[in-house]
Order: sequence, then C-alpha cells, then structure tokens
Amino acid sequence: MSIFKQYSVLPGFNLALGFTLLYLSLIVLIPLSAAFIHSAKLTWPEFWSTVTAPRVVASYRLTFGASFAAAVVNAFFGLLVAWVLVRYPFPGKRLVDALIDLPFALPTSVAGITLTAVYVGNGWLGQYLEPLGIKVAFTPVGVFVALTFIGLPFVVRTVQPVLEDIEKELEEAAAMLGATRWQTFRYVIFPAVLPALTTGFALAFARAIGEYGSVIFIAGNIPMVSEITPLLIITKLEQYDYAGATAIAVVMLVISFILLLIINLLQWWVRHRSIKA
Amino acid sequence: MTIEIHDLSKQFGSFTALNDINLKVNPGELLALLGPSGSGKTTLLRVIAGLETADSGQVLFNQEDSTDKHIRDRHVGFVFQHYALFRNMTIFENVAFGLRVRPRKQRPSAREINRRVTELLQLVQLDWLADRYPHQLSGGQRQRIALARALAVEPSVLLLDEPFGALDAKVRKELRAWLRKLHDDMHITSVFVTHDQEETLEVADRIVVMNRGRIEQIGTPDEVYEKPANPFVYEFLGHVNLFHGRVHQGHAWIGDLEVDAPEYSEAEDLNAIAYVRPHDLEVDRTLNGEPALAAHIVHILAIGPVVRLELAGKDNQSANSIYAEISKERFRELQLARGDQVFIKPRKLDLFPNHTQNGSIH
Amino acid sequence: MTAIPLPQASPAPHKVVTQESPWARWILILLALSFLSLFLLLPLVAVFFEALRKGWEVYLAAITEPDALAAIRLTLIAAAIAVPLNLIFGIAAAWAIAKFEFRGKSILTSLIDLPFSVSPVVAGLIYVLIFGLQSWIGPWLREHDLSIIFAVPGIVLATIFVTVPFIARELIPLMQAQGSEEEEAAIILGANGWQTLWYITLPNIKWGLLYGTILCNARAMGEFGAVSVVSGHIRGLTNTLSLHVEILYNEYNFVAAFAVASLLALLALITLVLKTLVEARVAQQTSRGNHP
Repeated sequence: MSIFKQYSVLPGFNLALGFTLLYLSLIVLIPLSAAFIHSAKLTWPEFWSTVTAPRVVASYRLTFGASFAAAVVNAFFGLLVAWVLVRYPFPGKRLVDALIDLPFALPTSVAGITLTAVYVGNGWLGQYLEPLGIKVAFTPVGVFVALTFIGLPFVVRTVQPVLEDIEKELEEAAAMLGATRWQTFRYVIFPAVLPALTTGFALAFARAIGEYGSVIFIAGNIPMVSEITPLLIITKLEQYDYAGATAIAVVMLVISFILLLIINLLQWWVRHRSIKA
Repeated sequence: MTIEIHDLSKQFGSFTALNDINLKVNPGELLALLGPSGSGKTTLLRVIAGLETADSGQVLFNQEDSTDKHIRDRHVGFVFQHYALFRNMTIFENVAFGLRVRPRKQRPSAREINRRVTELLQLVQLDWLADRYPHQLSGGQRQRIALARALAVEPSVLLLDEPFGALDAKVRKELRAWLRKLHDDMHITSVFVTHDQEETLEVADRIVVMNRGRIEQIGTPDEVYEKPANPFVYEFLGHVNLFHGRVHQGHAWIGDLEVDAPEYSEAEDLNAIAYVRPHDLEVDRTLNGEPALAAHIVHILAIGPVVRLELAGKDNQSANSIYAEISKERFRELQLARGDQVFIKPRKLDLFPNHTQNGSIH
Repeated sequence: MTAIPLPQASPAPHKVVTQESPWARWILILLALSFLSLFLLLPLVAVFFEALRKGWEVYLAAITEPDALAAIRLTLIAAAIAVPLNLIFGIAAAWAIAKFEFRGKSILTSLIDLPFSVSPVVAGLIYVLIFGLQSWIGPWLREHDLSIIFAVPGIVLATIFVTVPFIARELIPLMQAQGSEEEEAAIILGANGWQTLWYITLPNIKWGLLYGTILCNARAMGEFGAVSVVSGHIRGLTNTLSLHVEILYNEYNFVAAFAVASLLALLALITLVLKTLVEARVAQQTSRGNHP
C-alpha cells in the first residue's frame, strides 16, 4: 500500500500544503493556463500561421541567436571571473564579488537606458566604436550586449561554489604525475566544473530569451531586423490582436518549460557529480 | 507507569523494522534496548514515544491502549541522540520551554517555572550555565541539559535514544554512572536505546537484546551475560570463543575433550559449536592427566588485574584466535611468555548446533 | 660507517605546485577585471553621471516632481503588498516541503520555480487575458466599475507573480538542512504547531528569511516587463518607478529619466550591500545544519 504522506508528529501539513497549492493556483497556475486556453480559440492552421509568420520567425532568430551568443560569452568570461574570484587574492576582491550580482538586482529598464547611453553614437563607448565602423546601439549587436549584461551573474554564481569545492589533492596528484597547469586544468578541473558551467549557461540562456526591459531601448526595434519576440507580443497586444499575442506567448512558454526541465536535470547532474567526488 | 507492547510490527517499504514485538516495562525500572544497527531498537523507542506509528499491534500505558494517542497525551520525555536543544534559546529557556508552552490553565506561574527550572539545573549540576547558548556547551553538558529539559514537564516515562552515542569515551563513562544515580534517585520508568553492550551491563535493570526486528532475549544483565539464550546474544554481549565439535547421544567432543551434553541425548552425530567465555578457560602448562586442548601463546595483554592471553589452537578447533582471561596471580604463577605451549580447558560452556555445517540455512 | 651527507636544503622561494605562475595569474585577473569593468562598472557609473549631468538642482527637481512622487508611491505600495504575501507563501511552502515526505514533492518544488522561467512580458500578458475586457470576467468588472488591468490592482498582481519564488527558494534548502529534530522535541514537550513555528522554526531561519525578503523586495520594486504590459502607462496613476523611467526616456527627457533611474540604481546597490552582509550568515547556518 503506497501512502501519500509519511507519518510525522509535526502538525500543520494540511494547512501549509493547502495554502501553498491555493496560492500557487490563483497566482501562477490559473493565469498561466489562461494563455493556453486562449490560444485554443485559434484553429491549428491559424495558430501555426501566426507563429511562423516571417516577422515572428525573424524575431525568433534574433532572440534565440543573440541569447545563445550572449550565453556563450558569459560561459567563457563567467568561468574566468569565477576562477579569478575563487583562486586569486587581489585588492578589492570582496567588492568585485558583491558587484557580480548587479545585473540581477538592477531593474531592467534602468539597465536598458544606461546601456543605450553607453553604446549610442555619442555615448561613453559608442563615440569610440562608431568611427571604427562598429555600430552597437539600435542593432542586433546591441541586443547581444544587453543580454550579455543580463546573464553575467548566472554562470559566475553557479560555477563559483563548484570551484571552491574542488579538492586540492586532485590537482596535487596531477602535478606529481607531471601534468602542466594547463593540462591539469583541461583534464582535471574543467571536467569537474563542466556540469555547473552547463547549468549556468542554460540559466543565462533561459533568462535572455525572455528578457524585455534591458533590450528594448538599445535594440532599435525594427521589424525583421532588430525586433525581439517579447516586443512582438506587446506590439500585437497594442493592436488588440490578443489571439496573435497569445499564440506567440504559448510558443515562448513551451520553450521556457522545456528549458526549465533541462535545467532541473542539469542541476541534478551537478549534485550527483559532487557526491561522487 | 507500566508500558506493555503487544504484537507490534512495522515495515519501512520492504524492510521489516519490527517483527511481532511483545514486551512489558515494569514501573520504575531502567530498561535497555540493545542491538546492532538495523535491529529495530530505535524504531521501537520511537513507536513508544509516538514519533512513529506501527503497522499492527498495540502500545499500552498503564493498561490503557495508547496506540493512537497523540504524542502530547502520552506524557513521555524524550532525549535525542543529538540533543535537539533549541539553538536560539538560552539553557534556561530550553529547560523552561515545556512549562511555558502549556495552555494557560495548566501553566505554572512565572515564579514557579523559575523555581522548577533552577531546581532541575542544580540537579544536573549546570545551573551556572543558565544564560549560555547550546553551542557554547560541551557535548556532555548539552546532553545533561536535554535530560533536564525532558524532566521539566514531569513525564511518566523517560525515553532516551542512544543518549551517549555522540560523546567520547571518557565523557560517556561519566554520564553513564551519572544517569544510573539519577535514576536511582528519581525512580522514573525509563527506556534507553544503545548499541554499546558494556553500557547496558553497567546501567540497566533489565536488557532487551534485539536483532533484525525481533527480541532475542530479555533478562537482567547477569542473566543475559551468564545464560545467553542463543549464539547471537552470546556473541553480542562480551567476548566469546567458538570451538567446533561434535555431539552424539548426550556426549560432546571438542578435540580430545569430552563433556556431557544431556540436552542432546537424542542427537545423532551432529556438528556443534561450543561457546566459552574467556574467563571460563583454565590455562595450565601441563595436562595434569586430564584431556585438554593444546595451544600456544601469540600475544599477552598484562595491564590491570586481569591478564588477557591471545592463543592459537593446535588442532584447528577454533578458526580464529582464542582469548583467555586469567588473574594476575595465576599469570605470575605460571610465568607465561609469548610462544609458550599451554593447555586450555573450558570450565563452563554452552553448546549450539552448527546450522551451516549441518546443512540447514540459518 | 660514515654518515652520508644530506644535500642542504637551500631556502628557495616556496613554489606551490597547484598555482599558476604569477604573470599568468595577473593576466587572468586583468582580463576578468576588464570584462567586469566594461560590462558592470561602466553602466553603473554612467547612470549617476547622466543623472547629474545638469547639476543637482535639475536632479532634485526631477525626482520630486509630482509624477515621480506618484511613481515612488505606487512602487512602494506594490512592494508592500507583494513581499509580505510572498513571505507567508514562502514559509508555508517551505514548511510543507522541508518538514514532510510526500508524493509529488519535487513536482511542487518545480512549480514554485515557474515564475522564474517565464518571460516578464508573458507574465503580464496572462493577467491581461484573465482580467482584460475581452476575458469572461472583464465585462463584469466593467459593470461594477472595477478595473484590474490598467490600474493599480493589476500592477500589484503582476508584481506578486514575478516574485513568488524568491523567499520559498531560500527557505526550502535552509530548512531541509536544519532537519526537524528541534521541532519534534518541541512537540514532545507539549507545544502546539503555532508555538513550534514561532518559537523554534522562525528564529532558526531568520537570516534566510531576511535574505529572501531583500531579494524579493529588489525585484518587486524594480520589475518592468510584466508591469509594463498590465499598466496602461497612465502618468501619475499607473506608473511605477521603472515605468516612469521609460516614459521620460521616450520623451527624450534624458536627464530626468536618469535621475529617476539613479534612485533605482541606488536601491540596487543597497540591496547588494545587505545581501552580502546576510549571505555569510545564511551559509554559516546551512553548513552547520542539523548539528550545531
């Protein structure tokens, strides 16, 4: 006989679980299901043509493409930053460590207008880049830059604890066996952080594809060129095309759920790697 | 307060934790549940406490069926292996907790609570720590406070789950004696769980030896040590030497030794094992005309009043080393040294059939 | 037999086998710091610089102007409602998940993470779908002169949605690490559920609660995308601070936009400081876990 809940002397289970489920349903689950219910109003061909319209597909390309590129850059530099923070003492380290979470704590519209100010033609960096022919603001490159900013903490914060936990003995053993530092890194350390790195990458990617506020100011928002998918949803909403907006939202939701699943699996992988070590 | 357990069973998934347990705890006694890990002793304790429920069977407090009674109505005191002191409260507040959370009608006045807590802290000789926090105390101190906290609500039964398990050897010994004395003063019915047989022999009024969810034997320390009911109890309490032998129609042969075995009068050429305690082995340099087992000394531990000899048998009666314990005077008398040839003879032994060799699977 | 002379150990510089050479180290450090300066420090400095471009007076005028004050008020209201509600939710969810074993527990934990994975725009959209005019509640609301979308209630709801997971995610691992023995001991001593929660559990998780509340608050005050969809952008009425920034910016009122933005940036910095202070405490508790 399988039971729902193991016996416990602690009280309050029914109350706590009941409240949790009620709250979750009212605030999260029912509203989310509204998206699917609404999109069910469309017939399948209608739905399909909406979500595969050229303008929409162009936005997918930009959103996913820039998110992926940003996540890759963050994976590389995030690993570097985490390495430096964990391994090397230097003045001001604690300050830098605290600052890593800035993109996480900063409201997205603030990030948006600031990045624009920095990269626009006469901006802090833009004034140097544009003469070189590198136009950042109001182009897809700007989207990429904004998404890199947003995803920065994710890789650093997932990799840091794993780096901190790596046993020194492993590296010492490799050194005794004659490995150079690079070889030790490549064959001993890197495989150990790979699960965490992949998780951080996935988290940064997932955050980037849904990002709105930091991107719309710097993006330019030109349809077919520099328009991200979330913006497309809002545009359709402003035109009272609820069905269209919902259809695209459903696509984004499905992809988010799949990513959430993948991330959970990755985190499970990370946990089990660390137990074995 | 008497506690009776009737036909208690409990499974965790496919694992049988308790198998048809029947037990009676006498009022005012200090009862030990002794066994290896997985024997079910902690599960049994927690079922008595009400922290777990059994699948079948009954728990009776003072002849009243309390199987479904909520933990609060059982008036038991529980001492956890890892103390479970409230880390955010001072020692005083910890001990006072049970009194302070009582419903208004049953709650004593603040002054009364104060008095009782101070009394208890003095009883456990830690009143000077009243304002400290648990993390500032040593393990032994924490356990005494846990005990004081449990006693504060005047329980009818005290249950202790491996109370000294997390402490080091010296502290454990001190607290054992202290617990015994406390119990003698207070006469509260107590049940404690341990895997340390030395502890039970020193402290308990009666011992319940458990193994794999069943009770192997219940008795006083003396009964359980001197008259073990089966090989498991024999081996679990104290050291024991095993000798292979044969039993046939009321006689047993171990090597050259022959002993009467009236309980096996019907046996036909049975393989058996003789169980002999180290202090029941006589050691001599010569045979003295009587049959004995030959052995030579491998190692001598001569510290204290008892000398422990590690011997290797000649004729392979015993697969492992044989341990004999003799008095210091006897040792000096014999003038034994490593490598010496000696003859050993059991003064007292118990025979059990050797199931593995006889073809039955134990 | 003469003794074999051992080679004298010269006081050579201590070489650590598991460390890179100093110059490799410094290159990596510089590389990392350059990346961080470019992406983190520069924007942070830029906010304040742009805000003060026209001097203090213009700055103060921008942040005390009535629409800005209304935005501040709305932001505070939204946070003041969202954070306590999610606090209660977090405690309830953590109590159920950390102290009990039941089927479907991991599914529940994943469900709580949902708002994290959903795009803020979608989060706003779903509330428009439920309460907007074309929904089945919409006409009823209009009849009774109630508005949720394009009004304060909608903003509050959207803010609650995006901040649901913050406190629960902090408390669940913390309470799991602490185990249930203290609570069991309290129950055996005669305490009821509420006494146990109040005297035993809550004090033990206070740093985790604080940490989660700080993060929850930062997100609640700073949320943009979700709130933007439900807000209607009515100046002085349905604009939070982050929306007000957008409006000012779109009107090319850059200095005012950055002035308001600097308030939010200040909030972010305070959040980071508080977060760092509390983080150490929480880590201490989680590692000490069940056996202090």
